[in-house]
Amino acid sequence: MRSALLAACIGAVLATGPAAADTGETMPKRGGTLTYMIPADAPPSLDGHREGTFAMLHALAPFYSVLMRVNPENPSDTTQFVCDLCTAIPKPTDDGKTYTFKIRTGVKFHDGSPLTAADVAASWHKIIFPPPGVLSARQDWWSVVDSVEAPDTTTVVFRLKFATTTFLPSLADPFAFIYSKAILDKDVRWYEQHVMGSGPFKFVALDIGQSMKGERNPDYYHKGKPYLDGFIGIFADKQVVRVEAIHSGRAAMEFRGLPPSAINDLQRELGDKVKVQTHDWNCGNVVTPNQRRKPFDDVRVRRALLLAVDQWNGAPALSKIANVRTVGGIVFPGSPLAATKEELQKLAGFWPDIEKSRAEARRLLKEAGQENLQLELLNRNVDQPYKYVGTWLVDQWSKIGVRATQRVQPTGPWLQAMRTGDFDVVVEANCNSVVNPVLDTHKYLPRVRSPVNYGGYNDPELIEIYEKMLSEGDFDRQRALMRQYEARIIDTMADEFPMLWWYRMIPERSFVHGWKIGPSHFINQDLSNIWLDEGQNG
Amino acid sequence: MYQYIAKRVLLVFPTLIGAAALVFILMRLIPGDICLVRLGSGGGSFDPHAIDLCHAEIGLDRPLIVQFLSFVWGFFSFDFGVSMWSGKPVSLEILTRLPISLEIALLATVIAILIAVPLGTISALKQNTWIDVVVRTLAIGGIATPSFWLGIISIMFVLDITNAISGTPWMPPIDYVPIWRDPIRNLSMAFLPAITVGYRYAAVSMRMTRSAMLEVLREDYIRTARAKGLIEKIVINRHALKNALLPVVTVIGIEFAFLIGGLVVTEQVFNLNGIGRLFVQAVQNQDYTLTQALVMLTVAIFVFSNLIVDLMYAWLDPRIRFA
Repeated sequence: MRSALLAACIGAVLATGPAAADTGETMPKRGGTLTYMIPADAPPSLDGHREGTFAMLHALAPFYSVLMRVNPENPSDTTQFVCDLCTAIPKPTDDGKTYTFKIRTGVKFHDGSPLTAADVAASWHKIIFPPPGVLSARQDWWSVVDSVEAPDTTTVVFRLKFATTTFLPSLADPFAFIYSKAILDKDVRWYEQHVMGSGPFKFVALDIGQSMKGERNPDYYHKGKPYLDGFIGIFADKQVVRVEAIHSGRAAMEFRGLPPSAINDLQRELGDKVKVQTHDWNCGNVVTPNQRRKPFDDVRVRRALLLAVDQWNGAPALSKIANVRTVGGIVFPGSPLAATKEELQKLAGFWPDIEKSRAEARRLLKEAGQENLQLELLNRNVDQPYKYVGTWLVDQWSKIGVRATQRVQPTGPWLQAMRTGDFDVVVEANCNSVVNPVLDTHKYLPRVRSPVNYGGYNDPELIEIYEKMLSEGDFDRQRALMRQYEARIIDTMADEFPMLWWYRMIPERSFVHGWKIGPSHFINQDLSNIWLDEGQNG
Repeated sequence: MYQYIAKRVLLVFPTLIGAAALVFILMRLIPGDICLVRLGSGGGSFDPHAIDLCHAEIGLDRPLIVQFLSFVWGFFSFDFGVSMWSGKPVSLEILTRLPISLEIALLATVIAILIAVPLGTISALKQNTWIDVVVRTLAIGGIATPSFWLGIISIMFVLDITNAISGTPWMPPIDYVPIWRDPIRNLSMAFLPAITVGYRYAAVSMRMTRSAMLEVLREDYIRTARAKGLIEKIVINRHALKNALLPVVTVIGIEFAFLIGGLVVTEQVFNLNGIGRLFVQAVQNQDYTLTQALVMLTVAIFVFSNLIVDLMYAWLDPRIRFA
């Protein structure tokens, strides 16, 4: 079983792994300044612990160290974690409830003060047990943690309430910057407006709303890195600006991802002066019917809507115009916990025979007395890929006689409408950073357990499966539980429909080397591996 | 004259207070929540308590009337508080962006005046000739062309032309440097947006200049001036143009005020970190304090530029100041 799974996993990783245009990279060269575009407005504050936007990471990750991280040399492997400040990834003790990390010695903050285990513990303490009035955006990820201690200057100990496989990957959270304990003790909110880390780059300037600048940290503890003298990250939320900046050479790259049309334009205009790295994205659209509204409280209606959609044929067509590509279930397709194609095809909405699927959908609608169903699809005012997916869904539903209209709203009202239940069916997304399948699928739990679930359903059985999966240490049993959980959400209850996983396409000028694409725009952003070959025709 | 100025200045206050109340109410009518946008727009999960904490942090847990009184008090004491999004003082957020918007607005105004007044005058003087047709076509083109399209086209045009000439595409800098630090870099960044905006601005002013001149040229006093033997240059410059400029000054004043906060699209296209872009971000993020301050700033600019226009009217036309 294990070897078969391993083969399947390797296959999955290969299938979803990076398609890099960069070949023949030799010895990295030192020097140069990387200018890149950040496709968003500036982050709300400068404190990673309280924020959740990728703009924060694209601007600030180069200044900070983290305890551990996704392997920057192979970020596409969803199970490979390496130390940043720790010296080795520990094996848990105490029946999987205690993790003891040894911390590197000789690490300095940018102000010259030494970084010790006390700083690591203080930072994690702030994240997991923030003082009253201090916001920690992902605090509930670590509700399993009982304590964080630094018994000496090189040791940090995490004690858990119960053993769970989700814990270690969660420590690779890219937002979990390590701050100075001395500063936190003086003012726990100091980092909201200031930057002072121990990462590969030192803070130079933040031009509000415009750019972030950093310079090489000569005391960086990963010897020889970073290769760059500095970087300039320019905030530009308009795609046309970013594309033209890369086209004209004003910027070398961006890290989030451009749609196929923009990538094609750049390749046509620049030829071999631009490379493109691609990867499946740990973000996918999710379609959620509102079960507080009739007739969406009827599982037959929900199932009919799911059965009408032809994901297998829709994906290749949509991938030509939108940044979606891979058909998958609730787990990121590159993960060992993800469903195989054969497993998926047993679930409603993934049947290989679309005609049979739609015939069943029509039958269910008739049985539910909803042959002339009309619905309003709430969608977000974001082109890629929300509006493309929404428009496609409207067409798919028309094939079973459902008349759907789209209500496209800006982010604020869209979120508000979901929270207040002011919708029939909504196109939303499940977007995560480090691939941590059990935590990533927490979203599908009913609202009583997941604040970002807007389906309006309650399902104690689903919660029970999740709880078992959360504390299951054996991979095979955990995978089997994940299949049960997925089947209940999609096939049995049709509570939510995973609707195509996104696809990252990152353009970089050909003189940029060293950066490797991963499944998330949140990870591998410290820029320490990047080097420039200015002599190359860029 | 002093009485006239005092009357106009006093009218400013109720206008500002009315605008303050209106913007406060309208912002709260828009569905959405800044804390939700902040924590939930990435699509990932967040702690449910974080929303309540976020509300408490930025004062949204207070009763509406308390929030309104705090806003009004802040307005009268020139303290707009801190941005709900960035936590930075609103004054800092605005002052950081004001120079580039002001610079583009001033450059566009200069371009507009340099184009509009001479061409509008010539067009009126050469009415129904080919010169008039060309000028009117230019003017209609300026009004009809969306500035975002013109902006994108101008960027692409510059890229293609420079690529064809030198083999390397050139684009204006995308990060702002103040004019006193690097004038060439600053102007190379500002000239394209200024031309893009100035063209539309010139088109509006050109049409106004032309029609005002045509009207004035038919007045009795122009006929009298010509009849008493004044040379045409003096008739046009001293008698016709000065009177025709009254409505043109109004248009220029209003357009200038509009440009300070209204370069929304142009600033997006050229990635200018100006007031217009800040406005869009503030509304999108549902940052009440920043949006309120920006609206009040825009209202104040409109009110004061109208005041200046009214005072210029009085200076240009004695009938107004002595009325």
